[in-house]
Amino acid sequence: MIAPVEWIKSALLEVQEYLRLTGQVARGTVSRPFYVRDLVMQLELIGIGSLTVVVLTGVFTGMVLALQTGLTLDQFGARSVVGRLVSASMVRELGPVLTALMVTGRVGSGIAAEIGSMVVTDQVAALRSLGTDPIRKLVVPRVLAGTIMVPILTVIANGVGMLGGLVISVTQLRVAGSVYWSNVVQGLFMPDIWMGLTKPVIFGFALVSIGCHVGLRTRGGTQGVGRSTTNSVVAASVAILVLDFLITKLLMSLLY
Amino acid sequence: MEPLLTQTAERPVRANRTDEPVIVFRNVWLAFDDHVVLRNVSFTLLPGRLKVFLGASGAGKSTILRIILGLLRPDDGEVYVLGHRVDQMSESDLMAVRAHLGMVFQEGALFDSLTVGENVGYRLYEELRVPPDEADARVAEVLGFVGMADYIDRMPAELSGGQRRRVAIARAMITRPRILLYDEPTTGLDPITALTVDDEIIKLRDLEGVSSILVTHQLRDAFYIAEHEAVQTGDRVRFRPVSPERAGNTEFLMLKEGEVAFEGTADELRRTSDPYLRAFLS
Repeated sequence: MIAPVEWIKSALLEVQEYLRLTGQVARGTVSRPFYVRDLVMQLELIGIGSLTVVVLTGVFTGMVLALQTGLTLDQFGARSVVGRLVSASMVRELGPVLTALMVTGRVGSGIAAEIGSMVVTDQVAALRSLGTDPIRKLVVPRVLAGTIMVPILTVIANGVGMLGGLVISVTQLRVAGSVYWSNVVQGLFMPDIWMGLTKPVIFGFALVSIGCHVGLRTRGGTQGVGRSTTNSVVAASVAILVLDFLITKLLMSLLY
Repeated sequence: MEPLLTQTAERPVRANRTDEPVIVFRNVWLAFDDHVVLRNVSFTLLPGRLKVFLGASGAGKSTILRIILGLLRPDDGEVYVLGHRVDQMSESDLMAVRAHLGMVFQEGALFDSLTVGENVGYRLYEELRVPPDEADARVAEVLGFVGMADYIDRMPAELSGGQRRRVAIARAMITRPRILLYDEPTTGLDPITALTVDDEIIKLRDLEGVSSILVTHQLRDAFYIAEHEAVQTGDRVRFRPVSPERAGNTEFLMLKEGEVAFEGTADELRRTSDPYLRAFLS
């Protein structure tokens, strides 16, 4: 059992090391050397690799949202405005959060496991001995790819979510497609778009940088790699939900 | 710092060297929390020489290699590599020193996602941006040197333990470093395979003139390396018992609980009467 003081000290150390890593990443993005090939590879791995899971998440979320809100709206005789609720919910909240959580499960854990096993098998030390800065080679391309691809995936999730809502509205709720679409457009305002695009940028950065940080701090052989994988998913998921609240609060006071 | 790829494979390395030590440890201390790993460790490595570090597990042998590379910093003392004080150097300055060092990690530490050829040529392709033709030729040359030329397109997972170590040696020597560090290169290998790795270490010491530090607790390998030499006749390399004039090129250093317990030649180590050393050798 770890004493509370020790726990606080180790938590503060983790935060300090994480902030140091983000500082190094910031430096790595604006100064040479750049590992462009690694960036392209990560863009593909994170972006294309996560497409299926994000599309499935988006479409089913949109469908269930239409079903649930359709039922509630029926009580007020307002079934026709279902599109408005689906679009606003998807763009402002569910699209960014669910996409980020799915990418955390698929990519964040993979990054922590990959970098963690490189640490425990001395491959990271070997990189340093060969004159390569592991932050620039391993972390910067992944963080940049995550920051670029999560917003794009979120936009895709939002789009297919609205399509899923359309299918349910037309087939189950008997709302005309044109009515649904006009409500989708009417339900969106510029502040919603800004919120929907700001969140995934921050989520993408957070989930990948947390995965990299946890991976680089891996100790204790294969058991440590397993622990890091779990820790990265838990830490990134919680961080996404906390950040979601903070960003929403901040943007609401700034944009609305 | 010298350019890395300007010398040819046939260069007379020994003729270029001075007698300045390539590595100096002066009163080095290191502790992890309450556990003291190195206590007042001092030694020097002269050019073209090989120093074998012996000692029980946890005696601090591998830690010394990591300090030389700048992967760890000592708590106290001074560490010089090729005349540069590395224990206080920034990471970016250390990169320049590391260009002259090669390290063979325990188990090889090959990059899983790269082929043998890409692993060996990593520094040339990724860091030095050497023209592809030149880099490919050098990769083929060093893989030929360690007898792994046919494995250039294999993945590390397809190699045996001994083959992985030989590829790791090839990767470490790709830029003709002045110093090679071996961290238990034969641990876990059968005696026959271990011998092929030992031969590579001897070849690099005697034919390439590389200064090196070998960390091991495989006494058989340590004495084989110390008591044999490589001689090249045309393309053929032969191994024979070391000549008296070359016997001093390899020295032993025994660590006991982080302290230097012995420093001397293979012959002096064999004749020691120290009870701990005798127990270790038996």
